[in-house]
Parts: sequence; C-alpha cells; structure tokens
Amino acid sequence: MTGYVQLDRVALRYTEDASTLALYQTSFTVGQGEFVAVVGPSGCGKSTLMKVVTGLWPATAGQVKVNGNPVSGPLNFVGMAFQNPTLLPWRTALDNVMLPLEIVKPHCDRLARERAAYEAKARDLLTLVGLAGFEKRYPWELSGGMQQRTQLCRALVHEPSLLMLDEPFGALDMFTREELWLAMQDLWLRRRPTVILVTHDLREAVFLADRVLVMSARPGRIIAEREVNLPRPRALASTYEPEMVALVHDLREHISGARAKAA
Amino acid sequence: MATTETFELPAVARPKRLLDRKPVRRALPWIVTLAMFLLWEGAVRLFAIPQFVLPAPSAIFASLWEWHGPILENSWQTLMTTLVGFAIAIVFGLAGGVALGSSAVLYEAFYPALIGFNSIPKVAVIPILVIWFGIGTVPAIITAFLISFFPILVNVATGIATVEPELRDVLRALGASKRQVIMKIGLPRAMPYFFASLKIAMTVAFVGSIVAETVAANKGIGHLMLVASSRFEMPLAFAGLIVTGIMGVGMYVITAALERRMTGWATRGGDGVTFAA
Repeated sequence: MTGYVQLDRVALRYTEDASTLALYQTSFTVGQGEFVAVVGPSGCGKSTLMKVVTGLWPATAGQVKVNGNPVSGPLNFVGMAFQNPTLLPWRTALDNVMLPLEIVKPHCDRLARERAAYEAKARDLLTLVGLAGFEKRYPWELSGGMQQRTQLCRALVHEPSLLMLDEPFGALDMFTREELWLAMQDLWLRRRPTVILVTHDLREAVFLADRVLVMSARPGRIIAEREVNLPRPRALASTYEPEMVALVHDLREHISGARAKAA
Repeated sequence: MATTETFELPAVARPKRLLDRKPVRRALPWIVTLAMFLLWEGAVRLFAIPQFVLPAPSAIFASLWEWHGPILENSWQTLMTTLVGFAIAIVFGLAGGVALGSSAVLYEAFYPALIGFNSIPKVAVIPILVIWFGIGTVPAIITAFLISFFPILVNVATGIATVEPELRDVLRALGASKRQVIMKIGLPRAMPYFFASLKIAMTVAFVGSIVAETVAANKGIGHLMLVASSRFEMPLAFAGLIVTGIMGVGMYVITAALERRMTGWATRGGDGVTFAA
C-alpha cells in the first residue's frame, strides 16, 4: 500500500542507551488528504513520532517516506501546532499567522510584492476561526482558546500538504476544545491537507479523524487501528451516538491493555 | 466573535491618592534628590564639618559654576571615551552572545575562559594597557569596553539559548535556516535581556573609563578629580562626582526610552521598571 506518509519499521533511540528507545518497529501509512489520529498511553512516544515524520530527528532504524521521498533531514513545508500556543509575543495575531510565509518557498520570495494578497489570506483564516477584529491584538491580549486558534491559522496559512498536530487542544477547557474541533474540521474540509493528530482525548480522535491508530507503551509502535465511518461534516452530538461510544470504549480497552503490559 | 452590541456603563469615579497622580510621580525623583542635598547641607552646617573632609552642596555647586569651563571639557572627554568603549562592547557583546547562545559547542568552549577573564579586576589591567598604548584616551576606552561587554554577552546568550524548543521546531519544519531562526525568534526574544544588560553595562562603562582616567590620563573627569583632590579642592572633586552621576542618569534614561520603544511587548505595553517612567 502506498501513501503520502509511510513509516516502515521505524525505530528511534535518543542516545546510545537502550532505555531511551522511544519507537520500535513502528509502521503505518497515511493516505493523501487523510486525517489520522494517534492515541496511546502517556509517554508512549507520540511526540517523538511527530519529530520523526517531520525529519527533525533522524530515525535510528527503518525508513520514513513523505510524498514518496525518503526523509533525511527536516522537511520544509510542514505546518505544526503544539499544546502550547508558541506564538511570538512581539508580533500581533496577524503577524504571527504570517510568519510561515516569511520562511516557506515560494511564498517568502513573493511576500514583499504581494503582501496585500497574503495578508488578505491570513485575515480570511482568522475570520474562519472566529477571530475577525482581533488581528492587531498581541498574544497576551487573547484568551488561551484564541491563542490556540491563532496557532492553527499559523500552521495552515501556507497551505501545507502535511499538518502535524501535537495535542493542540489538550490545555483547553471542554467547551473551547469542542468549539475548536469544529473549527479544525472546517479548516480541514476546505483544503484537505494530510493530517496527523496526536492526542489522548479519544472523543477528539473519533470526532476528527478518518482513522485512529493506537500506540503501545514505550517503546511505541502501532498495536491497533480503527476506521471512523461517519459522514462529514460531523456534528458534536455524533460523538454520543452508540456506534461512536462503542468505538471510544474499544480504543480505551486497547490503551489500558497497553498500559497494563507496561506496568 | 466580535460583538456589535454596545453597553451603557456609568463612569466609575475612583478617588485617587496623592501618590497615584501622574505629575506627583513625575516630580518624585526630583523631590527626593533635592531633599538629599538639603539634608546633606544641613548636616554639614549643623556639625560644622570642615570643607576638606566633606564639602557642603552649596560649596560644590559654587565650584561647579566657578570651574564650569574645565569641567565641561573634561566631562565631554569622559562621555566620549565611555560611549566609544560602550559601543564597541555592544558590537562584541551582541556578536558573542548570538554565537554562544546559538551553539552549545561554542558555549562550552568559551564560557570558562570568559568567566576567568571577567574575574580579573580591570584596574589591574590598566598599567598593561598603558605600556601598550601610552597614557591617554585609548586605555580608558579599552577599560570601558572590557568592563561592560561581559554582561551584554551573557544576557544576549541567555535570551537566545532559551528559545522554546517547540517554537524552533515550528520554524525548522518550515525549512528555516539556523540564521532565520536566530533572526525571527532568537534576537527579538533576546531584546529584553539585551536592554536589561545595557543598563548595567552603561553604568559600569563609566566606572571603567573614570578609573582608567584616574590611573593614567591627562584629561577626563577622573583626571580632574585626581588633580582636585591632590590640591585639597574637595568641592571640585565632588563636583566631578556629581557631573558623572548626571551623565550616568542621562544615559540610563536614553537606554530606558529605547527599551520601551523596542520591547514594549515584554512588559505587556506597560512601563516596566525604569527610572524614566
């Protein structure tokens, strides 16, 4: 099976010491435009997975391929979002969103000439996540949820074909989180980038993803895989339908199994 | 998200205490300084302290006026010497800070040597500088530089080395070069540290140049004070101190104003802790 992101028996060890083995025999494939969620017990190497796929850490063994090409160094187009908003406090929300355009080719070469067009695009994105009117605010003038929305816009502004999300909704309260799930779904439906979402919220995984991968305890590898067959756009209430509840329970079983084995 | 509703609110009148009023706050430093001089004057008169031990402020200001020509000339010399040394310190401090802050290898290699170097009292170096460059302006400039570049370097390095790893990942996954990461995140992030260090570096640069002038120079405030005290002209020596203090405060105010313009984000638009507020 070929896909946009392919991991073939990947291992990652941070140092020579075997105790720092974070991934072992990890294999999976993500199709172009697919939304995949990765869940697992805490400390199972989910965040490490993000680093390996983006090439920020070279794999110790095995092969990572993105768009058919083996990954040997940091990729140069991936949008990323983390649990912390990681916005630049000296830039306004709009300027924060514009940051990738100053770096990614070919946008960085065109930015000076077509600034107005790019700015309009960034404003559009901010409007889409409900931040119209907040473009000129600084991060510390925004609530946690607003900062997180801004971060999502920053991850998407250069229209990346691959989006890596590392628990971007993890630090938010339940209502804000659900609101952002909807925003995320809208953003994804617009351009259909390939998304890998790391999360420990099973409802979140089931609501957003086409497919959910379950990782084992450290060293992490994929131990189960579930399709989520639900038409889009999905409504929040759908996560309470019996079929979805059963899926969440099923995933939870796998994760507690993995934790028990580790203990 | 944007609300279109408008709300009618009654104006809230909060009684303001005297110390909360802006003109009062502005005048406060002047009042304190004036009070200190008055206290000093009173003490000297009350205890009849001889002028060659501690001159009264009135005598100092009289001497300041009497000698204003030489004082102006010598303080100009000191100011220029200090500023040149300080400017070189900024260049080397920034460059060194960026280099050490962005490379763990360079940091480990150079830091012990820098600490060792900084532990040397700069006064001890002045005689060597005199042998190399002769008596005059150059040893004073170099002393001002040597004494003030270390705090700048350490602070800039700290600001750059403590960039959040996630933030660096965001940029690197977009294909940013090391230079871009420094320019887009490292340097702006180091600016509050840089300005904090400038305030320290500025004042110690004056220490450096004046000490050098006292040891080996024929111009400058340090030299003037040395000559004045050798002639028991205590009011003139004290006038030199006061002029130095004024120059120090002046430079500090300029630095603080620059800091507010450039790093307002770090104090969230507020004034931060400055004497110039």
